[in-house]
This record gives sequence, structure tokens and C-alpha cells, in this order.
Amino acid sequence: MNILADILSATIIFAIPLLVVALGGMFSERSGTINIALEGIMIIGALFGCLYLKTAGTWGTAHPQTAMLFAILIAGGTGLIFSILLAVASISLKADQTIGGTALNMFAPAFAIVLTWAIQGQGQTTINIPTWIRITPEYFGLATSKNPGFFETLLFKNFYLTTPIVIVILLVTIFIMYKTKFGLRLRSCGEHPQAADSVGINVYRYRYIGVAISGLLGGIGGLAFTIAAGSGFQSTVAGYGFFALAVMIFGNWKPVRICGAALFFALFKVIGSYTASIAFMPKFQGVKSADYIYQMLPYIVTMIVLIFTSKKSRAPKAEGIPYDKSKR
Amino acid sequence: MMRKKNRLIQSPGVASFLASVASIGIGLLFGYILLIFIKPSMSFYGLKQILTAGFSSSEKFAKVLYQAAPLILTGLAVGFAFKTGLFNIGAVGQYTIGTFFALYAGVVLKTPWWVALLAAMLGGAIWGFVPGFCKAMFNVNEVITSIMFNWIGLFLVNLMMANIPEILANHYGAPNADRTANLAAANKSAIIPKWGLDKLLNSDYINISIIITIVVAVIIYIVLNKTTFGYELKACGLNRNACVYAGINARRNIILSMVIAGSLAGLGGGVYYLSGTAQYTIVKSLLAMGFNGIPVALLATSNPIGIIFSALFVSYIQVGGEAMQPEFAKEVIDIIISVIIYLSAFALLLKEIIRRVLNRREAKLEREAQAEDEAVVAAAQKAGIAEGKGVSK
Repeated sequence: MNILADILSATIIFAIPLLVVALGGMFSERSGTINIALEGIMIIGALFGCLYLKTAGTWGTAHPQTAMLFAILIAGGTGLIFSILLAVASISLKADQTIGGTALNMFAPAFAIVLTWAIQGQGQTTINIPTWIRITPEYFGLATSKNPGFFETLLFKNFYLTTPIVIVILLVTIFIMYKTKFGLRLRSCGEHPQAADSVGINVYRYRYIGVAISGLLGGIGGLAFTIAAGSGFQSTVAGYGFFALAVMIFGNWKPVRICGAALFFALFKVIGSYTASIAFMPKFQGVKSADYIYQMLPYIVTMIVLIFTSKKSRAPKAEGIPYDKSKR
Repeated sequence: MMRKKNRLIQSPGVASFLASVASIGIGLLFGYILLIFIKPSMSFYGLKQILTAGFSSSEKFAKVLYQAAPLILTGLAVGFAFKTGLFNIGAVGQYTIGTFFALYAGVVLKTPWWVALLAAMLGGAIWGFVPGFCKAMFNVNEVITSIMFNWIGLFLVNLMMANIPEILANHYGAPNADRTANLAAANKSAIIPKWGLDKLLNSDYINISIIITIVVAVIIYIVLNKTTFGYELKACGLNRNACVYAGINARRNIILSMVIAGSLAGLGGGVYYLSGTAQYTIVKSLLAMGFNGIPVALLATSNPIGIIFSALFVSYIQVGGEAMQPEFAKEVIDIIISVIIYLSAFALLLKEIIRRVLNRREAKLEREAQAEDEAVVAAAQKAGIAEGKGVSK
């Protein structure tokens, strides 16, 4: 039973960054801008969030969750600022959106390495995250038991402030997208910007906001990923920005489905590392380095699912096309 | 005469060239400012290394050419797909699979080098085919498929390498089991010949791969610009619906485009790892060489001939970046390249400014010329009037 709790808890902690970044990508694409720079945005957010946590020091140990909240805000804020670079290139200057995105994706990891070298000294490329950020049962006045049961493992084994915050973000996203004027207008800019413009909606403004929200969520996702990965910040998010794009497409640009897709992808990602302890999983005896088979699994499964669901998949109609007011 | 020269400067090609040069200049300036921020005392040394290390010795120059060859090919893989409206972010995966096919042919099957290169193309083509097929038949976004296939390719190659003992270095007496065999020990005929270039440049790195890749780039240029097939591919990139309406088989062209792009990236893996100096190491992260094809293609605006030069440029400053270690992290080079690419988004704006400056100059010249003409006419008229007057008198 405990192994199930382990797997579920690991699935959630890996699904959180995918979910929040994919939601960010959705805001951007629903407004009409393809945000291929999510990978770079995640790295920038994680870099500054982790740098803050590192410098929080004794104050951080005394107020761990307040410090964590600040770290999340810093990660989101720096991600937002960084994403504005993409917005300027692809919205105001009407450049090809993949160009700006590729430039940012290339810039971010290099910048992170150069900055960590400059701060920590030559060759020191890992920023270690302090252990006090984890939320333990003591916060709720509960004692940590020696042999944690099913629910304690599920809830507290990998419990960080990012998890509840991202769940709140998901709920807020659903509300904004479908219950507010803002959401309707944002979606209209991604479907038919000319029509939106003709009724007085400022398409450029909404697209800027869409990209900025994706930067905010992408930055938070970067920090969430670094926490999930557990080995400190190493100037990379291991392609999670791109997986988040796949999750977003797999989730058909809809928040609830994106949540499902993120959990699905994370489960397949996690399950490979538990093969030894699950009886029914094939072990591939006689094959060397068989864990590579399980590492391939989430990508292969996603591919198959994408092929079968693509007939129903519907991207925002005007995404990827810079809006030019003079071309009606 | 003067006016003809101005018209030459105004041609779109020259304007884009000037815009690229301006982007490169600003990118290098940005890098220099960054160096000043990191370590002011060494900043000038760092800049000097970036700008001159590639030419500082014949070995360094050989390294520039050696790294440029795979970069040209991955750049072509991205650029070729770009021309047909596809973003081939999967050059990394195609490059990795190409590497495996080349090494399997060369090390295990003991084929000569050119057969191994063909195998590399086949491997890359297979890895390009799948995203193309998914895009054409099921309309699955090729960016997502390519990304998935990058990782599948990486893990698959690692899995196969681990399970084929004949391909690994320890099968040939070397101590390491985490990398492929040294070609000199396994199969000398699989090493790409050097044609004396090694003696000329006094370096083991150099071989004829740079010549092969330049020939390939020229062939791609001819295919894209001088053949009906290339015209159809480009038309599909510009407007797929119009293409279908005009009777072009868009599905076939999408698949073919990805297959060709894949085979180019695969060949890139082949020329790099069949040099005799490189050994593939089993890694957990994607190879940078495949990703660097994207900036190379973007810098050259996907023009195959331009890609030769942008790959040489990228390789040149990368060698410079390695030379400034350990004072600075070589990633400064990636920052410079990313700034240059980002500025290419401003290319339209830059071109507009360049054109406006030139126009103003031309307008000024024209005004002067016009004024001169008018003066001549006026003088002639005056003379005529004077003559007339003279006659009337």
C-alpha cells in the first residue's frame, strides 16, 4: 500500500510543474502567441527563486514558508519580465514567434551557468536548495510517525508550498477563462483577432497580457520543477518546458484536460523508477540498462495518444500569426 | 555610376546582410559588456580570445572547420524544413540516431567510411520520417513529435549501445564501457579520409568532411532554388491550401521534406563521429550540436549558402569561447549567439532603418543631380533666350 502512496505522491510533485507551465502556455496560445520559450522562462524563474532561497539564510530557517512564498513570487516575477522580451519581438515587432522563443531558450541556460559561476565561483554550477522548504506534519500540529501510513506518505512525503498554490492557480484559471469578460476577450484574440479588434478590443494589449501570464506561471513552474527534481538547480529544467507544451496540446488547450494530461504524463514518468518494487511490471531481465526502456515510456505513450486524439484536437485558430492591424 | 552603386546597396540581399552584420556587432558588444560585469580586469582578454582564437594557430583553425561541418548539416536540417514551413526542432534526435547508424556500420559491420555515412543518412531519415508522417497524416504538431522523438532517440541509442558489446570501447582493449570504440582500433577504413589536410593544418581534427558538407549545402541550394521539386516544397511552406488547390501533393511534400531534413542531420552525426577523434559517450541529456543547428539556420535566414557562413561563424566564436576558459564560462558564447538571434527579430526594423538612410542619401544625390540638370537646362535656356534675343536683334 505504501508503494502506491509513494508513486502517487511522486506523480503529484512531478505533475505540478507540468500543470502550471502548461496552463501558462495555454494563456499565451489562447491569446494568439506560441510560447516556445517556456523552457527558458522556467530556467530563469528557477534560477532567481533558488538564488533567493540560498540567500534567505537564518531568516529563511525561522520563517520557512514565508520565504518560500517570496521565492515563488520572485520566480514568477523574473519569469514574467523575461517573457516580455518574447512579447516585444513577436507582438510589437511581428517577428516569427519561433525565432524569439529559440533565442530566449538559448539565452536562459547559458545566462544561468554564467551567473552561478560568477556568484559561486568557477565550476560551481549547482545551486543547492535548503531542506527547510518542505512542509512537514509539524506545521499542522501533527507528530511525524516513525512508520508513516498511506495518507501521511501521500500528503507529506513530497509536500511543498508550490503544490497548494498551483492548485489554486488551476481553479483561478478555470474561472478567468470561462467566467470573466477578460477570459472571453483573451480567447477571441487567439481565434479571430480582426473581429476582436473590430469591436474595440485592443489585441496587442491582450496578447501582451497572455504572454506575461505565461511568463509568470512558467517562472513558478521552473521553481516547482527544481524542487521536484530534488538535486538542486543545475541551469536546466531537462526539457520540461517542451513537455509542458506537449501536455498543453494533449490537454486540447483546456485547463481541466491539461490537469489530467499532466497527471498522466507524470505517472508514466515516475512509474519507471518503481519497477523493482511492483510485481506485475516487466523487468526485462537479460537486457542491460533496461531503465532506458521505462525512460522512453512517457514519450512513446504521449505520441500514441496524440495520434489518436489529434483528429479532435483544435488549436486556437490565429495562434502563431502576428497580428497586423493594417491587414484586415 | 554612383547611382548604380546605390541601387546595388539597396537590393534586399545586401540590406539583410548589413542587418545581420549589425546584429552580430551588437551581440558581440553585449557579450563584451557581460565580460566587464563578470571580471573587469580580464574582460579585454576574453573579447580578444573570442575574436581571434579561431585564427591564432592552424590547429585552432582546423578545429573551427571540424566543428563547422556538423553544424552546417544540422543547420541545413533545420533550414530546409523551415523553407517548407516546418519547424524541425528534432535535429538533435536525428543527429543522435544518425550517429548510432554510422557507428554501428563503421565499428560493428566494419564498412568503409562512405557506407557508414550513408547509413547515418538512413538513420536520420527514419527519425525525420515519423514526425513528417504524423504531421501529414494525423496533423500532429511536428514540434511536439520532434521533441518526443529527440528523447526517444537518445534513450534508444543509449539502450542499444549498452546492449551491443562490439560497439563499445572496452571490446577493443580500452578500459571504458561508457563510450564507443576508438575507430583507429576498431576499423581504420571507417575514418573519413584527410587528403593531406591534416598535414597542411598540422591537426588531427581536420578531414574532408568540411568539403563534403559544403558540397551538400550547394546541392540543397540547387534543389531548393532551381528545381520544380524545390519550388513545390517552398510553395507548401508558404501556403499549404493554395498548394493543394494547385494540384501539389502537400502530404507527400511534408513527409519528403522531413525525411531529407532528417538525413541531413543524421549525416551531421556521421561526419562528427567518424572523424576518428570523437567517441560517442552515453549521456543523459540531448547533444548540443543538434540544437545549435537552429541558431545556425536562423542566422542565415535558412539560406543554404548562408548556412555555410553562419555555421563557420558560430564554430569560430565557440572555439574562441573555449579558449577564454577558465577565466570565463564558455556559455558566454551561447549568450552572444542568442542575442544575435533575438536581434534578427529586429531585422525588419534594422533593414527599414538602413533603407531609409540609403534612401535619404540617394534622394540627396538625386536632388543634387536634378539641381545640376536644372542648372544646365536653365543655362541652356538662358543661352537660347540670349541667342533668340540675338536673332531678334
